[in-house]
Amino acid sequence: MKRFSQLLVTLILKTSRNDKISVLSEYFKYTPDPDRGYALGALTGTLSNPGIKPSLLRTLAAERIDQELFNLSYDYVGDLAETVSLIWPDTAAYKEKLPSITEFISKIDRTPKAKLSALISNFLDNANSNERWAMIKFATGGLRVGLSARLAKTALAAYSGCLLEDIEKVWHGLTPPYIGLFEWLDGKTSIPKIQHTRTFHPMMLANPLNIEQDFNRLDPNDFQAEWKWDGIRVQAVFDESGKQLYSRTGDDISRAFPDIVGELNGKAVLDGELLVGDNFKALPFNQLQQRLNRKSPTKTHLKDYPAFIRVYDMLFYNDDDVRDLPLKIRRQKLEDWMKRVKNSRLDISEILDFDSWSRLAELRTEKADTLGHEGVMIKDLQSKYSPGRPKGPWFKWKRDPKFLDGVMMYAQRGHGRRSSFYSDYTFGIWRGNELVPVGKAYSGFTDEELVMLDKWVRGNTLNRFGPVREVRKELVVELAFDSAHASSRHKSGIALRFPRINRIRWDKPAQEADTTETITSIM
Amino acid sequence: MQWINHELYIAPIDAYIDPIKPVDKAIITHGHADHARPGHQKVLASRQTIDIMKIRYGEKSATSFQSMEFGKPLRINDVTITLYPAGHILGSAQISIEYRGQRVVVTGDYKTIPDSSAQAFEIIKCDLFVTEATFGLPIFQHPSPHNEINNLLKSISEQPKRTHLIGVYSLGKAQRVISLLREAGYDHPIFIHGALEKLCDYYSSERINLGLLRKALVQDKETMKGAVVMAPPSALRDRWSRRLMDPIICQASGWMTIKQRAKRSGVELPLIISDHADWNELTSTIDSTEADTIWVTHGREDALVHWCKLNGKNAEPLRLQGRDEELEI
Repeated sequence: MKRFSQLLVTLILKTSRNDKISVLSEYFKYTPDPDRGYALGALTGTLSNPGIKPSLLRTLAAERIDQELFNLSYDYVGDLAETVSLIWPDTAAYKEKLPSITEFISKIDRTPKAKLSALISNFLDNANSNERWAMIKFATGGLRVGLSARLAKTALAAYSGCLLEDIEKVWHGLTPPYIGLFEWLDGKTSIPKIQHTRTFHPMMLANPLNIEQDFNRLDPNDFQAEWKWDGIRVQAVFDESGKQLYSRTGDDISRAFPDIVGELNGKAVLDGELLVGDNFKALPFNQLQQRLNRKSPTKTHLKDYPAFIRVYDMLFYNDDDVRDLPLKIRRQKLEDWMKRVKNSRLDISEILDFDSWSRLAELRTEKADTLGHEGVMIKDLQSKYSPGRPKGPWFKWKRDPKFLDGVMMYAQRGHGRRSSFYSDYTFGIWRGNELVPVGKAYSGFTDEELVMLDKWVRGNTLNRFGPVREVRKELVVELAFDSAHASSRHKSGIALRFPRINRIRWDKPAQEADTTETITSIM
Repeated sequence: MQWINHELYIAPIDAYIDPIKPVDKAIITHGHADHARPGHQKVLASRQTIDIMKIRYGEKSATSFQSMEFGKPLRINDVTITLYPAGHILGSAQISIEYRGQRVVVTGDYKTIPDSSAQAFEIIKCDLFVTEATFGLPIFQHPSPHNEINNLLKSISEQPKRTHLIGVYSLGKAQRVISLLREAGYDHPIFIHGALEKLCDYYSSERINLGLLRKALVQDKETMKGAVVMAPPSALRDRWSRRLMDPIICQASGWMTIKQRAKRSGVELPLIISDHADWNELTSTIDSTEADTIWVTHGREDALVHWCKLNGKNAEPLRLQGRDEELEI
């Protein structure tokens, strides 16, 4: 844990990408198995949480310090691990050696629930504040040290000389402590074998279109266009013996969608959009949301919001890896496969008919409101299926945003880098004389604007409810959003899709903000 | 106590302590800009605070200056004023005011741990204690400054080709960090930003050992390779610092305790060196003064007020204007 805490402190403070890669490479090179594999799992978010809940830490802190002093401190720091690690009294007592990562995990694992607090207290008593911080981060999961999984893998490539591409290909078939992976990286064995129809394969993502630049240089005949559906991106991985559905980040979401998984036939890895609706007629996103935030669906959900996948790409055709074939061929194979294998919950994504970019532009605006999609996707017919977000082959061209002026009602502290700022805001619009919440936004402003917003929140607080502050209803903000839908979640009866702050209207009086009527009229 | 109010106005002698706006009579605790302002008629302060005010604001920044020695009482009508060292920066004073058998002590800013660039803090028993609370939360437990200086020296020896650029406030922090480095045996010339020059000269003239200092000129960036360069925090992010050779950005401040803050300010090597009392110093000082009423100002008042009440003391927050909470000095 000592080395790991030094690594974590260095990672959070270093700003240069190269510096981060170099400290990580050193760590992976000189740390023994299985410690380094567990560390890699923690850094990339693949290690399952060792089972320490934040509430346990709060309780431990409460035994050592007055509750109000703890709350004021937590409110100030904004991060539980950091607060507890700083507030924990430094004991002058004899210091035991800190456990290694592996010992740390196994001790937590072997300790009965009733004795966990004693174990954790003992670990914290024997550590300095940086070590406490690292242990708490490790034990509760979610490191938030400004490191992407991609960068950790880049460091693996850097220390071993293996290709990042190859690491990516096997990554999702492996689990912590990654013994086989490190054996290969250390040059002791060949690349680990992965069962392709049993694991998630990193997805290919599109870049936003730059209208002026891209349309001038690209020939429409080289591209295929499809609707950009407003659901969630999924990968279906299945054969005779197993069927899985993964989210974009590789989380297994099969249990939430038994209606799809139960109906999967054949052997393939498919990429598509998960939507809800009868007869492949997609309902708006907030209807899909009814099914997203639960582990398994109720009968009513299955009936009212039946799920299906609009398939747009194919990664494996039976056992064949088709990712390196051009999109045009992959599409033919997909069509052929769909014809041969009966799948009642799979629908193929429509290819749009256009001969010029201006014609595509017309389609994009024409159908936006009637079909409820969120724009178009434009893909190079020759493109391979390359994981990550390669520049050039795929573009997304989202529909133009809509705008409304809302009034800030509540503010909440952010996380990670923004943990000492009030950076998450709830906005309201007028219904008669009353302001009703319409949505939350936490992006779209610059760092300088964040400082100003934070200052404004602190100076205009009316009430505090735990981490939330109610503010004077005086600050108007122009929100951009993709679409508005009826919703019972918000008091306003309206839910916004992708709300973000477009600009802050320091000048505008709150009375001139938008009303529920104007928003309902554009729904 | 009827004769002193929440604006630190002492009625019987018509004087304010550290007033933000120009007044007729001002008693100044120390030379930092949020305490010492130009434009008063009469200023009463320690000799070094007056020198510092003249350096920063000019010889005529007040109509008249009267200097006081530490520990020597001054009687005005029925009021006795005595200055005692506050240990914050050179010349910084706690103000003791005695009137009708009661004593009030106003600390200004203070710290109680040893610092060879400032007179050592003294505990003064009193009835009403007006304390600062810049680091008034139990999360602030400053490590030993020698430990932080060792971290800096270690980083210098591990990366001898890079420039260590340290953000320091120009009055107090700069000279303290330099003198800590000298005490730790660092004897190379230290390069300083132009904004630090006058005050470093002044500290040297007051026999604070700062060793060999050189002006940090961008044209000498080759010479500054591997050296320690000090600059005000504002210069860390401007063009001046980008012209240096691949600098490691360091900052010496009590705020560096919180990693997410250090990260947000782009600080790669945080040095937790503070000229303010940390939580343990604040609470033990309050206890030692034996005061039964505590006024808390300057920072995170709520937690310290709460602590006082838990410990059976009367306490009130003073929300003095013009004291910016993030302006740690």
